[in-house]
Amino acid sequence: MQIRGEGTDEESRPTFAEGTPVSLADMQLAATIPVIEFRDVSYRVADTQILSGFNLQVQSGETLVLLGRSGSGKTTSLKLVNRLLSPTSGDVRVKGASNGEGDVIRLRRSIGYVIQDVGLFPHFTVERNIGLVPKIEGWPAERVRARVQELLQTVGLAADSATRYPHQLSGGQRQRVGVARALAADPEILLMDEPFGALDPLTRDELQREFLLLQRRLHKTVVFVTHDLREALRLGSRVALMEAGQLVTVLTPAEFLRSTDSLASAYVRAFGEGLESAANRGTS
Amino acid sequence: MNVFRFIWQNHGQVLELTLEHLRLVGFSTLFAMLIGIPLGIVIAHRPRFNKPVLASANIIQTIPSLALFGFLLPVPWLGERADRLAILALTLYALLPILRSTFTGIRGVDPSVVEAGRGMGLTESQLLFQVELPLAMSVILSGVRVAIVISVGLATIAAAIGAGGLGEFIFRGLAMVDDRVILAGAIPAAILALAADFGVGWLERRLQPR
Repeated sequence: MQIRGEGTDEESRPTFAEGTPVSLADMQLAATIPVIEFRDVSYRVADTQILSGFNLQVQSGETLVLLGRSGSGKTTSLKLVNRLLSPTSGDVRVKGASNGEGDVIRLRRSIGYVIQDVGLFPHFTVERNIGLVPKIEGWPAERVRARVQELLQTVGLAADSATRYPHQLSGGQRQRVGVARALAADPEILLMDEPFGALDPLTRDELQREFLLLQRRLHKTVVFVTHDLREALRLGSRVALMEAGQLVTVLTPAEFLRSTDSLASAYVRAFGEGLESAANRGTS
Repeated sequence: MNVFRFIWQNHGQVLELTLEHLRLVGFSTLFAMLIGIPLGIVIAHRPRFNKPVLASANIIQTIPSLALFGFLLPVPWLGERADRLAILALTLYALLPILRSTFTGIRGVDPSVVEAGRGMGLTESQLLFQVELPLAMSVILSGVRVAIVISVGLATIAAAIGAGGLGEFIFRGLAMVDDRVILAGAIPAAILALAADFGVGWLERRLQPR
């Protein structure tokens, strides 16, 4: 795959692994096209402006956290990406193409979606829950089963949980299944709407830590919604701060702590001590 | 027991009328399900329509049954045969419980489950048949159960317009002032109602989502 013209410096450089078709040039090119891009997006319902003039780019492999209080438009932004909502004006682009064009079902199946209430199908076993999208995508049964087992291991669940029903699981286990289900068809993008918000602090800490380990391995492009600054600093490679339907600023966790922006510093004050260690992305 | 001797002596006719009764109830319940369940799904998905549709079904329910049979009598084609008419009237009565329970059942499915399904890329029909209907099924069946029990009772009145069924015995017994004849209609009707209630109730529990 040679997209760039001849004679660029990058082409002459050695690639990381000899013989792989991916050149450094490709990687840099890929990095310049945002995986998700909001272009001047507004969203309103009746007379309520929920999102206005929203511009944001999410790069491949990063975890972008949308941080803000309830009603700031975080969840709306997320649902605009997988077209559960359509923008009133502006354009949401996924992998370089407007997500309003083309097949919305295809789009959604290429994006993993995890929500706070998990939304597991209560009448399906864990196995059917996780394997649903691969199954309706027409994977052979054997491959679906293997994929489910692989994912159970990935999210730290025992192999024998496959035959259990959601009501037989704890809250933390349910959300692990939720994450496994979102990963099932190996989507490049993961949308997570306060996935750990309803969990007790210990379980939340555990799942946050595992999320970081998982993300180190999988390099998904993640958009993560939370109102918890500690979680935002810990998990995010960048934090997008939202207020009243507008994007206030986008900062790395380290920048966020030093920020003089009044809203950012108000958040830092509200959460108080110990934020530095969260920003250090502690997986311990 | 005079009643049971009477039933035994006339068991051929009891059986025949019971089958007629079952036919009235069976067809009307089937038609009510064929109309009520799809309509219930539609009004659950489109809240705009739920008020007018449910109100109409409610109004039908308030018409006294004997009067409804009477109203329908002059309708062409239907009026020609009493059993058609009875089935239509019973269908109208069975509509409300089935419609309402379908509406309630679909609306009662956890919104987060539907949202997750839609977000995962299920099509609307996959969402309906694989998620919403299975989860609403026991609630829908509870409405079917109520509809059947009501219909078994109401179908006895259909005999007043000559549609047959166990009501024949009841009306005949009333005219003859003979308890035995009344009970020969009422007892099998009660047994039918109980059996249907038990049977559908069992199905309902079987299909209860965990």
